[in-house]
Amino acid sequence: MLDSSYRVQRLGERRRIRWFFLVRGLHLDMPLFTALVVLSAVGLGILYSASGQDVNILIRQSIRVLIAFTAMFFLAQIPPHHIKRWAPWIFTFGLSLLVAVLTIGEIGKGAQRWLDLGLFRFQPSELMKIAVPMMVAWYFAERALPPSNAQLLVAGLLTIAPTLLIAKQPDLGTAVLICSSGLFVLLLAGMRWRTVTSVILLVIPLGWLFWEFGMHDYQRGRVLTFLNPENDPLGAGYHIIQSKIAIGSGGIYGKGWLNGTQSHLEFLPERSTDFIFAVFSEEFGLIGTILLLLLYLFIVVRGLYIANEAQNTFSRLLAGSLILTFFVYFFVNIGMVVGILPVVGLPLPLISYGGTSMVTIMIGFGILMSIQTHRKLLPA
Amino acid sequence: MTGKVRSWRHYVVLGSFAVAILLLAWRAIDLQVINNERYQSKGDAAHLRVVSIPAHRGSIYDRNGEPLAISTPVESVWANPSELLEAQGELAKLASILGTEANALEARLVKRSERSFVYLKRRVTPSLAEQIGALTIPGLHLQREFRRYYPGGEVSAHVLGFTDVDDAGQEGVELAYDKWLRGTPGAKRVLQDRRGRSIANVERIDEPQEGRDLTLSIDRRLQYLAYRELKAVVIAHKARSGSIIVLNSRTGEILAMVNQPAFNPNSRASMKGEVYRNRAVTDLIEPGSTIKPFAVAAALESGRFHPNSIIDTTPGVFYVGRNPVRDIRNYGRINVSAIIQKSSNVGVSKLALALDKAYLWEKLVNVGFGSATGSGLPGEHGGLINDFHRWSRIDHATVAFGYGMAATTLQLARAYAVLADDGRLRPVSLQTQLAPSAGQPVLGANTTRRLLRMMEKVASSSGTAPLAKVPGYRIAGKTGTVKKNSGGRYSDNRYVALFAGIAPASRPNLVAVVVIDEPTQGEYYGGAVAAPVFASVMAGALRLLDIPPDDLNLTGGSGLRAARGVASGQVGSL
Repeated sequence: MLDSSYRVQRLGERRRIRWFFLVRGLHLDMPLFTALVVLSAVGLGILYSASGQDVNILIRQSIRVLIAFTAMFFLAQIPPHHIKRWAPWIFTFGLSLLVAVLTIGEIGKGAQRWLDLGLFRFQPSELMKIAVPMMVAWYFAERALPPSNAQLLVAGLLTIAPTLLIAKQPDLGTAVLICSSGLFVLLLAGMRWRTVTSVILLVIPLGWLFWEFGMHDYQRGRVLTFLNPENDPLGAGYHIIQSKIAIGSGGIYGKGWLNGTQSHLEFLPERSTDFIFAVFSEEFGLIGTILLLLLYLFIVVRGLYIANEAQNTFSRLLAGSLILTFFVYFFVNIGMVVGILPVVGLPLPLISYGGTSMVTIMIGFGILMSIQTHRKLLPA
Repeated sequence: MTGKVRSWRHYVVLGSFAVAILLLAWRAIDLQVINNERYQSKGDAAHLRVVSIPAHRGSIYDRNGEPLAISTPVESVWANPSELLEAQGELAKLASILGTEANALEARLVKRSERSFVYLKRRVTPSLAEQIGALTIPGLHLQREFRRYYPGGEVSAHVLGFTDVDDAGQEGVELAYDKWLRGTPGAKRVLQDRRGRSIANVERIDEPQEGRDLTLSIDRRLQYLAYRELKAVVIAHKARSGSIIVLNSRTGEILAMVNQPAFNPNSRASMKGEVYRNRAVTDLIEPGSTIKPFAVAAALESGRFHPNSIIDTTPGVFYVGRNPVRDIRNYGRINVSAIIQKSSNVGVSKLALALDKAYLWEKLVNVGFGSATGSGLPGEHGGLINDFHRWSRIDHATVAFGYGMAATTLQLARAYAVLADDGRLRPVSLQTQLAPSAGQPVLGANTTRRLLRMMEKVASSSGTAPLAKVPGYRIAGKTGTVKKNSGGRYSDNRYVALFAGIAPASRPNLVAVVVIDEPTQGEYYGGAVAAPVFASVMAGALRLLDIPPDDLNLTGGSGLRAARGVASGQVGSL
């Protein structure tokens, strides 16, 4: 499509040509960039409301947004072949950090997720959100596709190992994300549907074993509560009941920005973080909800387009995996807030209050932009 | 990888996306459109609350518009314990303002930490409320309430009664007129957060209906006078208790009603239930000799006696069967008038026995004995008078001098008002009577006027109660000294001293009854203990109410001078 520069020329608009090359020099994908800016702006707006119009929280989050966009910008400048070269090292580094966390990790929020590096605290699982798809994509990059069963097994291990380490922390939400990011690479790499089916058939008894022996009580509780929140209206089900009330009472047009009652009257828990979608939905109603879903959908479609246009296997697998993981990210969060998925503790990407996950997500988008903007202009 | 496989794979992925997004969108429609109303009402139920707005309780005024009971807005301090307990550092400060120990406060909060509303202190002073309001401790709140305040303190305590902490009448007028005085609390819808704090008013559902004011027939000045005199005599004679009632005999209005012991309705914390009793309406006394005028009235009404009829009371004792009826001394042959003047039990018994018992009973019942007065005061006793069918001969005799029956002080006052008002019986009233009822004639005016003349002699130097005299006024009255009955036996050392009187005797206007229960120090005769109290209360009442003197007897010495002294403006208009 970019070889259509002659078409621009034909239009005879020199100014537009200059603008085009300037943007190209920044290595930003403008449709994706615009959508991300809009989404972040919406996020800041709803956070202002959810925090009870706390300007300090707004400023802190704005700084995080700036940091995240800066990270994205830097990643966009790095050509994909560099990223590919670093993939095994980053993955190895991240995996060892995960092991370190489990052994010497500081207890934070009742779970071992943080590693205290003296100056700042670091959550290795965040790094793995990028490192796992990079690693699996790297593994398949130089191999003939579709992969053999042995190769699938290796790639599966590359995915499962960090997933188990993170689930052990325990951080179920991130584990789900990382597992799916790896599996998406497998899927995109051309895993046969026969294999997919047999894996699924294998997963069901494994899932049962996991339920019996691998889960903490509170994780089991979350699943049970999801299945019937009214069983425990004041305890574990409280989150879901309150968020359903908040969303449901919003109606078609919503109660208006800053006018949500459930959220502002503190009925809704974690309204600035995991449950911020309920605040949005209460204040902007069905119309706002649909528009927000469309905005997410636009980002995902654009990401898939970038993956489709990618010129080598590594780029295509990585881009596809990152964007599919992003989809899982917001789908799981919204699904949990509206009560069709269990509460697994994932923030709403680019909207929830909090910095780490936002930086990780924007790094992912930086990689997508790098993939998109470092293509050779003319077919080889 | 073939293009076909790839595109197939793409369709599956894109299809899953579409399904997932549609799932979310469908869920949004489900929650926000299909079940919108359900969640809307669930949400409202969680954060919209109807709370009541306290209504102002009506004030009580005396007949001259002086306040007797008023409600003032005050603040009550309440807390949400679990929330307040989070602010541990502030508890000591709060405790010192509330005047308690931090430990005690904390213990109390911990004990009630499961609740979300606990009063810390109700009805605090405005300055304390201000200090509390200045604290910004989460979980600490003020609530507007009304506190009842009685400017007269003890003076009118029994008549007015009091309200409980929730502003509901508990005794006296506060209870009797509770419906009238009590406002209807309004209601408003407020927005509440999860912790039950009111965030904003949404709408007013009902305006509070303020309670209505009440004007009583009580005269605060007379009330105070009676209170002062009664308290003095109860202390002086170490009496157990006492009551005074002042009635307007022309209207039935109660002008004063006091009891001892009394209580301060503004601060009742340490009071025992006994002192709350409005003895003047709840307690029965045997009226003793104060009943004699009614027995004599029956005798006169029967037509068989007139004031000068001679009765032989010799030798001062008279046996009805085996039961002696005694006079203090032998009065010999005396006329009916002297029976009243000397308070002869023998004489009045002979009059009574000469009458049909049904007739005597009817006369007593007609002047109001045995039935409630209509004051409406809570706990009022209707008195006891046995049916005449059950009277033995001795009952027939003793009822004439006030034994074997019982009445309240108020009933006695009402009966004397019948004598004062030409034989008309009126209901007594605590409210001012602009147009008093005509009353029911129960005795002939002739009879009652004759009786008043007889009773005037009681308050003379030759009567039983010279101390009841009021300078400048003619007083008609009757003493009573009653042996107290306990366990069916009459005591020889426990008495009730009574005096019931009417003034001015020529144009009766006021009735006052004084009852002193068990005077244990000094005198115990009605004429010695109760009559002087009557005199000072009545003297003050006549003066305060500008009632013209009717005793201008210059030979009486002090009479006119006193009359000039107390009502100089009125003398000329006589």
